[in-house]
Amino acid sequence: MNAPNKSGWKPQMEVTEDGLHNGPMTTTGNRALMLEEPLIFEIGHSETTGVDLPEIDESAPTRLAGVERSEPIGLVGLTEPETVRHYTRLSRQNYGIDLGFFPLGSCTMKHNPRLNEKMARLPGFADIHPLAPQQSVQGALQVIHELGDWLCKLTGMPSVAMSPKAGAHGELCGILAIRAAHTARGDARRVVLVPESAHGTNPATAAFAGYEVEDIPATAEGRVDVAKLKERLGPDVAGVMITNPNTCGLFEKDFREIADAVHEAGGYVYCDGANFNAIVGRVRPGDLGVDAMHINLHKTFSTPHGGGGPGSGPVVFSEALAPYAPLPFVKKSDEGEYYLVEEESGDECGPTFGRMTAFHGQMGMFTRALTYMLSHGADGLKQVAEDAVLNANYVLRSLEDILYAPFADSGPCMHEALFGDKDFGGDLSTLDLAKALIDEGYHPMTVYFPLVVHGAMLVEPTETESKASLDQFITAFRSVTERALAGDETMKQAPYYAPRRRLDETAAARKPKLSWTDPE
Amino acid sequence: MRYLPLTDTDRADMLAKIGASSIDDLFVDVPAVAQLDGPIHDLPMHASEMAVERHMKSRAGKNLAAGDAPFFLGAGAYRHHVPASVDTVIQRGEFLTAYTPYQPEIAQGTLQMLFEFQTQVARLYGCAVANASLYDGSTACWEAVAMASRVTKRKRAVLSGALHPHYAQVVKTMAQFTGDEIADAQPSIQTEPDLDGLISRIDEETACVVVQYPDILGRISDLSKVAEAAHAKGALLIAVNTEPVALGAIKSPGELGADIVVGEGQSIGVGLQFGGPYLGLFAVRDPKHVRQMPGRLCGETTDAEGKRGFVLTLSTREQHIRREKATSNICTNSGLCALAFSVHMTLLGEKGLRELAAENHRLACMTADRLAQVPGVSLLNTAFFNEFTIMLDGKPAREIVRDLADRGVLGGVSLGRLYPGVEALENALLVAVTETTTEDDIDRLATELHDALAGTQAKEPAQ
Amino acid sequence: MPRYFTDEHEWIDVEGDSATVGITDYAQEQLGDIVFVELPDVGTVIDKGKDAAVVESVKAASDVYAPISGEITETNSSLEDDPALVNSSPEEDGWFFRLTISDSSELEGLMDDKGYKTFVESL
Repeated sequence: MNAPNKSGWKPQMEVTEDGLHNGPMTTTGNRALMLEEPLIFEIGHSETTGVDLPEIDESAPTRLAGVERSEPIGLVGLTEPETVRHYTRLSRQNYGIDLGFFPLGSCTMKHNPRLNEKMARLPGFADIHPLAPQQSVQGALQVIHELGDWLCKLTGMPSVAMSPKAGAHGELCGILAIRAAHTARGDARRVVLVPESAHGTNPATAAFAGYEVEDIPATAEGRVDVAKLKERLGPDVAGVMITNPNTCGLFEKDFREIADAVHEAGGYVYCDGANFNAIVGRVRPGDLGVDAMHINLHKTFSTPHGGGGPGSGPVVFSEALAPYAPLPFVKKSDEGEYYLVEEESGDECGPTFGRMTAFHGQMGMFTRALTYMLSHGADGLKQVAEDAVLNANYVLRSLEDILYAPFADSGPCMHEALFGDKDFGGDLSTLDLAKALIDEGYHPMTVYFPLVVHGAMLVEPTETESKASLDQFITAFRSVTERALAGDETMKQAPYYAPRRRLDETAAARKPKLSWTDPE
Repeated sequence: MRYLPLTDTDRADMLAKIGASSIDDLFVDVPAVAQLDGPIHDLPMHASEMAVERHMKSRAGKNLAAGDAPFFLGAGAYRHHVPASVDTVIQRGEFLTAYTPYQPEIAQGTLQMLFEFQTQVARLYGCAVANASLYDGSTACWEAVAMASRVTKRKRAVLSGALHPHYAQVVKTMAQFTGDEIADAQPSIQTEPDLDGLISRIDEETACVVVQYPDILGRISDLSKVAEAAHAKGALLIAVNTEPVALGAIKSPGELGADIVVGEGQSIGVGLQFGGPYLGLFAVRDPKHVRQMPGRLCGETTDAEGKRGFVLTLSTREQHIRREKATSNICTNSGLCALAFSVHMTLLGEKGLRELAAENHRLACMTADRLAQVPGVSLLNTAFFNEFTIMLDGKPAREIVRDLADRGVLGGVSLGRLYPGVEALENALLVAVTETTTEDDIDRLATELHDALAGTQAKEPAQ
Repeated sequence: MPRYFTDEHEWIDVEGDSATVGITDYAQEQLGDIVFVELPDVGTVIDKGKDAAVVESVKAASDVYAPISGEITETNSSLEDDPALVNSSPEEDGWFFRLTISDSSELEGLMDDKGYKTFVESL
């Protein structure tokens, strides 16, 4: 096959009557700035390298226990210019916040300040070893301590565990502390209650910790059914996991009442802090009776999402759970020295449930988050929450006349607005609307989550969007909604203008091809 | 506030559109008890870029960066030279500010990169399939133990005594809650790992054997013997690697018969960063085990026009679909670190990685021989890659490390810190050497170690 | 050979003390493109109503419950390579597993062809 590029793709472009929408076929398969890019394994070579290192002295003796590598690894290399171009071309097939509006509900895609990146790269942070003698890393330990202090003050909680590596890891940390606290008093409770609208990590986490998960139903207004929850409480319930603000974008106004009831029944309250950005600086979860809450630094405090991580998920604890927090943690001595408590034995350590990860947590995220906090200050963070909530309500009220908004009458939303796919024409669905938004130049909102709303669309604008940006989005969203309501079948084929059309996920799952195989 | 685009006029217009008289109207559902009357009072107010930079630099300045001193620390985190272009690529906004590729049509950059990454890792490890990364090596190690339980339907894991103690602690912490039984041990100070002892602990109830390669003391052994013994009892061999550069010089764990290979990928592209974020690598030798793997997987497919493209696949294993029945609660991977790894690995290629490994080994051999000449120092290992253990005659290594730091040398990781209270290990010092180590650094370490052991007063105070 | 149906959309063919189990045409249509079927190990003894298999589409995984109790004697290995059989031939080539019937009274109360048809129409 005479392929115009290594991926084997040759475009079939027709010139339409108006001559505008499609141009002629190109030889390369590229479309001006949209450049096709092969895999490194198709363009690289085993003898090519982009680094200059001494040649191997084959005669030098080795001390490798007789397991010297004899077979090729199968890697390929590129020179530096080829490498930079490869990844630059790939990058241009990605949508990011830097490019445009990214209203992915519950994921909090806000602007990532570049000062944070600069600070994280200071050699005093980026180039220090986790096991360096503590006298040589006082500034790093101070940053961890300082960030922990901010988190405690912002949440109104007395203690924090910094080591969890991401939100789900933080959830696990909180639930393990709850289990450890029950175990310590010989109380073998077996059930954790989770609202049906919860993020999938909640039940997965509770199940991992050895608990049975039971659903708590929601009321018609999209909040936890307090009466049903209270009915279910009892000596077998270890605790509840509640997201607040919840995944329907609403504040759980009865949270304090729920917390009191759970405590009275001998259980603990885990708050999923994924949506803390809606209330940061304005409401302290500690005032609501929370025992443990993880904070996604990559959401509320804007450390970059990086195409799927790394995250960071410190967990704040109440007095009751604090002693069970995982190792290690940073303390400050009376003399002002910072030090790590790494050992289970010794006076410094309580009845910890153990260690969750090597070393001390996501330092690179700590420096970024602290920079973000210092930039905003207490006043700026409060404004962050208020603008995030204002933007979401503006979107809600600008679309509710045209798009089904199941909880529009449940009061103001918090940082995200929830819609459903009711009354779409033909067999069009939320997915089609999302793909049509891609053609309009937007990253779609979160779709099909939460599960409690049919064809859910969760729009989270965040505080870093201007009113002009929101207005343009609303206009675009209204137009694709009108098309969906009218049953515009062309939407089934969208997106038309993205680097790829719809991808065959069924074929990918039936015969998984998960790594490159060299051609014979 | 420089990050907030709304003006007061915008805010007033938007409130009017919403039908609210003030922002407080939007927070009516928050109970009064939790409403604050203003900004949290014991925190500072907003600050300029300059002021924040000054604050952060004052903290960074109190640390002794690895690049500013002779540096020999390892034990699961290694300092390697990262080419400048790696950071350029990962700072591109399209990578940095993208999300998990849930809309594949506009995330092919991340997806193709992950497919390339998975292939690089699988080949490096001698495996069929690698996932799109986990948090770090220690959590990947636990995930492998949990996966072995699912595959074998057994609940007993045998850990080698020479597994990184943090990794062993993570496994033991998690196992308390899942009911897995963990048989662990401490490293014995021997020139070579006690494989026979390890093999004798494998029985018919064993789900997996976990062996680090090279191990925590830097020793290397032929894993094929352990693989055979594990397989004979129906158990899986999990190999843990904390230094991927080593695999440029020694056989891959998959080649030696490991069933699941996990490790820390930080050495390639990621940097030290005081312990995180790092990069958990996870691969399986037998493609049949793919559906029991934790974490995200990227697969190849085609789009509606027949163009090649990539998607996240087999997601029915994951928490967002299986909820309480998922293979793991993991949600994120370590995407940007995986990108850094992949870019660095592409720059190295087969040739570069093998040269890098050879250079690490050459300098480590030189350092080991030099230190062995220092009175009171003896070399434990007969074999090692770029890290080895030295025994300090009658001196606790933990104190010597602090003393060396006072002399401006970051001399290694003491086993006393990793195994507090274990007397047999307290005189042992782990020394790691990479391509960044200079001959001057080696001389300096030898000299200062000599003085420290001799009890001479430190001349150079800590920075 | 009598064929029974459950309200969980499984069919059961009974031959002596052996039964063959699969999911119905209605079920496969609801699930969409099947990408993977996880089958029980031969020799497993399962109780009526417990998880016996998992059938997966791209975005969903559904448990298939044992319609009756018994010991698994055979599973349909063609589904490993070709899970699409469940879509193309759900009630013939796309069968899931065979088991020995440990309590034939459990068959009582299951629907016949006509009963199942009426049941589906009522949904």
